[in-house]
Amino acid sequence: MSLYLRQVATLFWKDVLVELRSREILSSVGLFCLLLLLVFSFAFNPLEKDLRPVFPGILWTAFYFAGTLGIGRAFLPERAGEAFSGLLLAPVDRGAIFISKFLSTFTFMLLAEIVLTPVFFALTRTPFTASPGAFLLALLVGTAGFASAGTFLSASLSALRAGELLLTVLLFPLLAPAVIGAVRLTEALLTGEAEMASLWFKALGAYDIIFLVVPWILFDHLTQEV
Amino acid sequence: MSLLEARGLEKSFGWRAVLRGVDLELGEGEVAVLFGPNGAGKSTLLRLLAGLSRPSRGRVLFRGQPWEKDPFLFRRSLGVVSHGPFLYPHLTGEENLVFFGRLFGLDRPERRARELLEAFGLSLFGRDPVSTYSRGMVQRLALARALLHRPSLLLLDEPFTGLDEGGRSVLGSFIRSFREGGGTALLVSHDIRESLSLADRYLVLEGGRITREGRAEQAPEEEIAALVGRRGEED
Repeated sequence: MSLYLRQVATLFWKDVLVELRSREILSSVGLFCLLLLLVFSFAFNPLEKDLRPVFPGILWTAFYFAGTLGIGRAFLPERAGEAFSGLLLAPVDRGAIFISKFLSTFTFMLLAEIVLTPVFFALTRTPFTASPGAFLLALLVGTAGFASAGTFLSASLSALRAGELLLTVLLFPLLAPAVIGAVRLTEALLTGEAEMASLWFKALGAYDIIFLVVPWILFDHLTQEV
Repeated sequence: MSLLEARGLEKSFGWRAVLRGVDLELGEGEVAVLFGPNGAGKSTLLRLLAGLSRPSRGRVLFRGQPWEKDPFLFRRSLGVVSHGPFLYPHLTGEENLVFFGRLFGLDRPERRARELLEAFGLSLFGRDPVSTYSRGMVQRLALARALLHRPSLLLLDEPFTGLDEGGRSVLGSFIRSFREGGGTALLVSHDIRESLSLADRYLVLEGGRITREGRAEQAPEEEIAALVGRRGEED
């Protein structure tokens, strides 16, 4: 394994270890997501209405709102003991720091989603009509877009005093294409529109690539003044 | 050739100029101590020298070249102790050292971590999370982290802070043996006598400039003590 990949793996494993000890991201994202789900299921009353047309919107709104909590906490371990300066003093490519942070945020969010998606379907009494593989792929690309754009913004704002406030204000406009893409892709998968699903999958994939490559290149500049 | 050199370093935060043209040279194998009142810009200078912050003007040279030319070589040669410990509180002392050791590409980071935990009297606490450590223990671990990769250049900002007598003595003997082994260090300290006894040279930073420097054994201790006790002009 190359040194770069070893460093990404070391940084990623550190995030996993910190999360296993603190449980800050998984518990907050999971709990908030579950609460949103319950609120939606009570508000829309699936016994009276067919929720299929609005189900993808409910699903991704809950994931993205809850994910905001996770994104806001992504750089918290680095801030606690000024550990970020320790990272910057190590001979590590700054892009590797971004990639590892993206990977950990993505993994924590995806874990919460995999556990909560069946609960979503059960609570809203929505029949699961999509192919499980394609649905999992939709979760992957939708979450990757959120995690990459969110990690980028969180890193950009982490040094600012009003960073957390700005993050919530700026995150959603930045995420709008990903939200629309993820909702439309899920809708197409549940209604069996293969052509539409392929179109939105490509659009979401392009968004993911842009928000992975651009921050990876820019991360060195972003971290020059900490 | 000097190992580390600052040329005309200036740093402003908004309208406030903290450093107003600092020139300094650290020769290979030299240990210098930097004094100055609170607010003089000592910590800012150290962050600039460590590459953690960018100067508004001026540059930092490592072995005669801008450090940015080979940042990995610079970081592999540099160990820093600052006000923050640069550690993860949720990880244990040993995990922190192994983690940073891996980032520095050490061959056997576990072995080096145990060695340093032993040297700094932390071997009994190596498996405890850093969040449970006392201030002095965190400072010892921060020193161990800075020394993990056997740097040739050390930048130490108030390294004696929080250390008990045992810790001070360990650090003192470490700096002496580091100096004897040809290591270069810049030490920021308010502890005048102790730091002068470890250094070859002293520098005084006042109002964002180096105003005095000389041989450590000829340092005017009382004058420096009066100056360090006074608040900085910018405060």
